[in-house]
Amino acid sequence: MLYQNPSAEPVTSVPGAESAMSSQAHPDIPAPLANLKIQHTKIFINNEWHGSVSGKKFPVLNPATEEVICRVEEGDKADVDKAVKAARQAFQIGSPWRTMDASERGRLLNKLADLIERDRLLLATMESLNAGKIFSHAYLFDLEVTIKSLRYIAGWADKIHGQTIPSDGDLFTFTRREPIGVCGQIIPWNGPLVMLIWKLGSALSCGNTVIVKPAEQTPLTALQVASLIKEVGFPPGVVNIVPGYGPTAGAAISSHMDIDKVAFTGSTQVGKLIKEAAGKSNLKRVTLELGGKSPCIVFADADLDSAVEFAHQGVFFHQGQICIAASRLFVEESIYDEFVRKSVERAKKYVLGNPLNSGITQGPQIDKEQHDKILDLIESGKKEGAKLECGGGRWGNKGYFVQPTVFSNVTDEMRIAKEEIFGPVQQIMKFKSLDDVIKRANNTTYGLAAGVFTKDLDKAITISSALQAGVVWVNCYSMISPQCPFGGFKMSGNGREMGECGLYEYTELKTVAIKISQKNS
Amino acid sequence: MATTNGAVENGQLDGKPPALPCPIRNLEVKFTKIFINNDWHDSKSGKKFATYNPSTLEKICEVEEGDKPDVDKAVVAAQAAFQRGSPWRRLDALSRGQLLHQLADLVERDRTILATLETMDTGKPFLHAFFIDLEACIKTFRYFAGWADKIQGKTIPTDDNVVCFTRHEPIGVCGAITPWNFPLMMLAWKLAPALCCGNTVVLKPAEQTPLTALYLGSLIKEVGFPPGVVNIVPGFGPTVGAAISSHPQINKIAFTGSTEVGKLVKEAASQSNLKRVTLELGGKNPCIICADADLDLAVECAHQGVFFNQGQCCTAASRVFVEEQVYGEFVRRSVEYAKKRPVGDPFDAKTEQGPQIDQKQFDKILELIESGKKEGAKLECGGSAMEDRGLFIKPTVFSDVTDNMRIAKEEIFGPVQTILKFKSLEEVIKRANSTDYGLTAAVFTKNLDKALKLASALESGTVWINCYNAVYTQAPFGGFKMSGNGRELGEYALAEYTEVKTVTIKLDDKSS
Repeated sequence: MLYQNPSAEPVTSVPGAESAMSSQAHPDIPAPLANLKIQHTKIFINNEWHGSVSGKKFPVLNPATEEVICRVEEGDKADVDKAVKAARQAFQIGSPWRTMDASERGRLLNKLADLIERDRLLLATMESLNAGKIFSHAYLFDLEVTIKSLRYIAGWADKIHGQTIPSDGDLFTFTRREPIGVCGQIIPWNGPLVMLIWKLGSALSCGNTVIVKPAEQTPLTALQVASLIKEVGFPPGVVNIVPGYGPTAGAAISSHMDIDKVAFTGSTQVGKLIKEAAGKSNLKRVTLELGGKSPCIVFADADLDSAVEFAHQGVFFHQGQICIAASRLFVEESIYDEFVRKSVERAKKYVLGNPLNSGITQGPQIDKEQHDKILDLIESGKKEGAKLECGGGRWGNKGYFVQPTVFSNVTDEMRIAKEEIFGPVQQIMKFKSLDDVIKRANNTTYGLAAGVFTKDLDKAITISSALQAGVVWVNCYSMISPQCPFGGFKMSGNGREMGECGLYEYTELKTVAIKISQKNS
Repeated sequence: MATTNGAVENGQLDGKPPALPCPIRNLEVKFTKIFINNDWHDSKSGKKFATYNPSTLEKICEVEEGDKPDVDKAVVAAQAAFQRGSPWRRLDALSRGQLLHQLADLVERDRTILATLETMDTGKPFLHAFFIDLEACIKTFRYFAGWADKIQGKTIPTDDNVVCFTRHEPIGVCGAITPWNFPLMMLAWKLAPALCCGNTVVLKPAEQTPLTALYLGSLIKEVGFPPGVVNIVPGFGPTVGAAISSHPQINKIAFTGSTEVGKLVKEAASQSNLKRVTLELGGKNPCIICADADLDLAVECAHQGVFFNQGQCCTAASRVFVEEQVYGEFVRRSVEYAKKRPVGDPFDAKTEQGPQIDQKQFDKILELIESGKKEGAKLECGGSAMEDRGLFIKPTVFSDVTDNMRIAKEEIFGPVQTILKFKSLEEVIKRANSTDYGLTAAVFTKNLDKALKLASALESGTVWINCYNAVYTQAPFGGFKMSGNGRELGEYALAEYTEVKTVTIKLDDKSS
């Protein structure tokens, strides 16, 4: 998961354009909503709210306080079955959804964006409370990316073109890009709203119906969006949201015989299970957006201050809980010491605490499991001989906080240089030559993102072709925009999300060939 | 240009007809000046011209009359807005799209006002203006709003050690000259893709119908497009139109109107600065009815195809070719339809046909009707002006029309249907294509092979099969031969508003 880089490249409109874009320019960040009431805690099927078939509920926690926010209906296989029936029904030939103009699908998605914009403060507060996100980040970045992504994808609905093809023979041949059918979508907890909209928007723009399982840690904004789906007026059954756990609801989706496609964002380990379940059941289409151990390479000729800041944000943003985290930082040896010094200085500036409070710049990790895993990896770094420059332990005694941590003198075989940490831990390595760093950067089973900092044109382009990663940023990092495809090489994923490519993951291509009596060019 | 845009057919999702909208009585015309830099200006010459209600022949108001100096002013504003580093050039493409969406929202908000103005100024039935013109206008803005951030260049695997990519850049200052038959819709067809691609615009609405364009100027300002991005200069063709076509600082011109004027525009573009030109011109469109067609459908579509908008459509089905076995029956039913066509006050909800746009058009149509009578076509109904009513013409049907008659060759642009007979497919293909025009064609048949054969054989930019005027914002529109150059609407329109730049960077090495 990824975001716009918060301080290095603010998302505000270009200078001078504010007058033209008055409704787009960012208002001052308001205070989080006081007295937030959680209205929606049930399973959403057929535009209605349902109790779980089993009668079970599960607690949803605030990771900053470890307190229970509310209890949510716990979906399982029986609930997924119910949702699939509704989604299948909504996808029947002749249904309102199948007979709707494509431009109207786009219109509904644009309306959904309008409603999310209307409820921006509520959704940002909820995201901050439930996911431990710094409120201003939730408000400015998560919600901004959500709204923009939705508007972008809305525009595609009536632009998903087939082709007419000059085939051999006396034939008239054309292709249609048709929706796949019922799509299962399993959403992670680090960007609950953005990842929901990336998947939901693409699927709906192409005319599919969906069963969404939000992460069990963070179901609240997804359920709030469900209420907006109904308000917008999507036909019943087009969107169904079943909160629950991976081994139950998630597994039911992945192995369901009547789900035609599954999209998952999460760990590589779980991604493998999903693809396996898809293979064992009905060969449903699979797209995966998984983990990374993304290299960020800083050459001696780079703008050092900019590189330090991008690299820093690249790994510390959202407590390091981003799949694109710049967690292997390779710095050319002539500037290594200077780079480390500045990075440590930058990491020490954090103020930890409740992410809803103003002035707080780092929130908690999502849960105890993640928290303990990060601390374990930090310990391994110390033991394996990396130099701990700052941080290195937990913070406070309530909530899942980890001190911002920087390691220098990291070598490639250490666990912190190989495993995805998903926490606020920066590893700084040293390199000597271009060829050497390319080899080392690619020496991983992951291939999600990479960053390169250099002013040399040839070097920048050479290395951007050489790196095995789905996205390469040059002189920047974390620059995600809805217009650009995103996804991983190797074990970081299958397929792409967003951009034009992302759409094609939600369509089946049909070739129609009609025999004619005589062809003419 | 005529279109139903799916509006009437697709209408409401729940299937319930909405209450009919009502026009605004005694609507005050607020915007009559030249719109430059988001401000209202008087003409440099101090001159004004009158715009009339063709239904009553009364003067609606006077409008500032632009001329070359006003166009120069507008071009200076449009160039400044297009400067490198300007707010417009630096705006995210997604934000350009959002501005177009907001413009669509405001047009939707003011739909009744705009439809009323359009009817006052053009004489078209109010319900047509409301449901067809306005619907198409809104949908066009929304469609191109969605394209703004999807105008993608390519990276190209060229030979040698280079990286090669293309950028699709806006062309610059675009002139647009719009016609009087669908003033707002044609404006949207030009403005929406131009702005979507990041250009700036100097627009001349037709002198007969400047009012909705000027009203739209006020919405452009309200939305918050940066000053100078859209400039609107009302005036006449030989003055404002000529100044735009021959202006050395205008980079592209888009024109919709007659073939005769289209030739002048392209000539002026060549003589001045080789500005890019797109033209959407006249037609003499064949509509071919095979004996196996659904006759009821064919009769109705052919009727609407030629009578819609008082026949003032460049898509008009003005050569109906009917297979001989069904000819007699087709003529009989077509005449019945034409006789029932309600002609009258365009603000009356029952009216299907209003007045022609002006005296000149009115006289030309009556002259062509006379030629038809003289040249031996059989007048089935109509054939003259409505008694004691300004610019109204009776729906007219000619049968036994032959290819050499003037009414079978010249664009009439009036409520006159000409019905010809054919015997074989090969024959009708030849006859249908035997014209300098090539805008649209229609075919009515249930036979798959016949339909596809005609679809590829007909020389026209659009072929409709078992439908007519099925114009959609998603699909390209424009003419073969002398019906035009280039295409409007659809993804294809974007190519007419962008320059492609190839960037090639030499490297030491390459890697696939």
